[in-house]
Amino acid sequence: MAKNNFMFENRSEEIETVIEPVAKWGLIDLVELARYRDLIYFMIIRGVKVAYAQSVGGIAWAVIQPAVQVIVFSVIFGGLLNLDTGDSPYVLLTTIAVVPWNYMSTAMASASSGLVMSEGMLGKIYFPRVIFLLTPVLGGLITFFVSLILIVAVLLYYRVMPTLQMLYLPMYLLLMIMVPFAISLWLSSLALRFRDVKIVMTYFMRMLIYTVPVIYASETVTPSLRPYFILNPFVGVIEGFRSSLLGQPIYWDSTMTSVIITSVLLLTGAVYFKRMERIVVDVI
Amino acid sequence: MRKALEVNGLSKLYRIGEPSYAAVNTSNKLLLALARPIANYRKYKSLYTFTPEELSGDQTSPDILWALRDVSFDMEPGEVMGLVGANGAGKSTLLKILSRVTPPTKGRVVTRGRLSCLLEVGTGFHGELTGRENIYMNGTVLGMRKHEIDKSFDEIVEFAGIGKFVDTPVKRYSSGMNVRLAFAVMAHLEPEILIVDEVLAVGDAEFQRKCLNRMGSAGKSGKTVLFVSHNMAAVTRLCERGLLIESGRVTLDSSAAEVVHNYVTAGGNESADRQWRDIETAPGDDNVRLRAVRVINESMAPLKVVPANDICGLQLVYDVLEEGQVLSPYITLVSETGLDLFSTVDSNPQADTVARTPGRYVSTVWVPAKLLAEGTYYVRAVMRSIKSQYRPFTERDVIAFTVVDQGGSEFGNSWWEGRPGGVIRPQLNWATEYIEPDMAMDI
Repeated sequence: MAKNNFMFENRSEEIETVIEPVAKWGLIDLVELARYRDLIYFMIIRGVKVAYAQSVGGIAWAVIQPAVQVIVFSVIFGGLLNLDTGDSPYVLLTTIAVVPWNYMSTAMASASSGLVMSEGMLGKIYFPRVIFLLTPVLGGLITFFVSLILIVAVLLYYRVMPTLQMLYLPMYLLLMIMVPFAISLWLSSLALRFRDVKIVMTYFMRMLIYTVPVIYASETVTPSLRPYFILNPFVGVIEGFRSSLLGQPIYWDSTMTSVIITSVLLLTGAVYFKRMERIVVDVI
Repeated sequence: MRKALEVNGLSKLYRIGEPSYAAVNTSNKLLLALARPIANYRKYKSLYTFTPEELSGDQTSPDILWALRDVSFDMEPGEVMGLVGANGAGKSTLLKILSRVTPPTKGRVVTRGRLSCLLEVGTGFHGELTGRENIYMNGTVLGMRKHEIDKSFDEIVEFAGIGKFVDTPVKRYSSGMNVRLAFAVMAHLEPEILIVDEVLAVGDAEFQRKCLNRMGSAGKSGKTVLFVSHNMAAVTRLCERGLLIESGRVTLDSSAAEVVHNYVTAGGNESADRQWRDIETAPGDDNVRLRAVRVINESMAPLKVVPANDICGLQLVYDVLEEGQVLSPYITLVSETGLDLFSTVDSNPQADTVARTPGRYVSTVWVPAKLLAEGTYYVRAVMRSIKSQYRPFTERDVIAFTVVDQGGSEFGNSWWEGRPGGVIRPQLNWATEYIEPDMAMDI
């Protein structure tokens, strides 16, 4: 501990900061971001604490919420409409999809509005603005991991044996985090400048679930339309979760498309965000 | 030695207005409505993009504003500098650039060492979090590391005086506790460069004193401090150097005393001489109207800065318009913190009994020398008539003036910490005698 302090103080002597007009091209400064890791930690804690403050259920909502969704979907789509889900039971298929989907949609919505929500803070104090996006994206993982209980429970109920396909799961976990983060790099600063984004976002998010195989199986999608269907980077993640957990063949087409699209969004988004993060203060 | 802060040719351009598209006739209106999204987009885009002509600064267009223009200065490590300027001169913009909240349009700043900018109390506070959590939250927002907060955690809690409430959500705190906690976190930052906006010194007098004490000790402990203030007494006392900003440009970079003198005499601050030329809008009614309020020195000349060692007069000029008015003016002197220091009423017994002849009156009250402490004072001018409960006017904060101690005071020009407390500082007579040891038996 003492050594750590000494090192820090030594280092702080050398911190030299240059403030210049906004450069046209640049990437998010990761070294600077690392200096603020304690802030990221506390922002995440704050986000989770505030989300469940003064609620009786607390973190149990992380399980209750998707469970209710699965029940509703199963009654309407599995029962009333009797959607075809191939060999797997509807409940199993939907549970595996609902949990990552909830994470991604919540993370994307709150990360995209991260700057707008913190407008007050933006004009008063500086820290890397990307922290406003990282907080919901990383903080949402806590809820996500708790709600994994639901998936485990359903897998046990249907006696699904884990297979070697499970080894792909970490890759899909990473992709699940990157998709909403990459999108919010673009949307967050846009949302601050153009309030239209916020208006569109609310109903767009509600409709987005129909474009992703959450309440239906991928096999029901018309094969000729699949090339367009997989352009949505969320599809790769949901299909990946299903194949790796149920031991079914990996859909490489949707996975690769999702990886490529997400990488492009991530890189361009990082440049765009870097340019906008300092300008936005003058525009709000 | 390397400079702690280098500011070179810093400029900041804002677009303030927006181009208007006037509709001439109905079809034109419809066209404009359809084109509205495009116009809106252009408008938002134009907020942060400027044409080369605008950037070159030769063109003066009504919708752009140079909040800062070619500002350059350096600060040595350990230097304490006061930034002085009227509202809108560009002080806040400069602070926002230094704290990296907003980017400059042109120019370059280099800071060496950790920089903390205290512009706002309690950023990052959340009502649902406990005091403990908010200390960590606010501390890291201000750029501290967790282990640094761990180290001074107990001190922060003690400084804020929140003791047993440390694990209570701050939404249940009183507002005073909230502010104290927020300030306590700031006070325990250990940056090499400290930028403080005096507006954060809100709250009660005790809190302000703590705040300014902390500033003073930061300066003494070798920190580089940039202090922004409207409190001229604080600037002269805390800072050796001053920087005067007017309309976005540095107009004077000199000793703090000289900068303060220039600033107050330039009349950028509150007026110390107020006149109502138009009788219709002057305070009062059809019976009596206030025409002027001013601070004057012994030779009857109006002034804004009053030396603590001289007497000064507070003068009311008013017109009595109707016969039969029994009037007596009185004045209340109010401190910076809004405390009524004293009220003084015309001591002439006739004022309360005899009706005035219509015409102009000038009433002056003389404030003795060496009564007021350093600071800014506000004057409340009231006209009343005791018998009929009649008050033609009550003008709050009608003028303000600053009392400065130009040395020679019995307390000397020490740092703020050595400053005697109290809003007034009368010179009273003391007697001290030595008692022989054998006589010191009975007390």
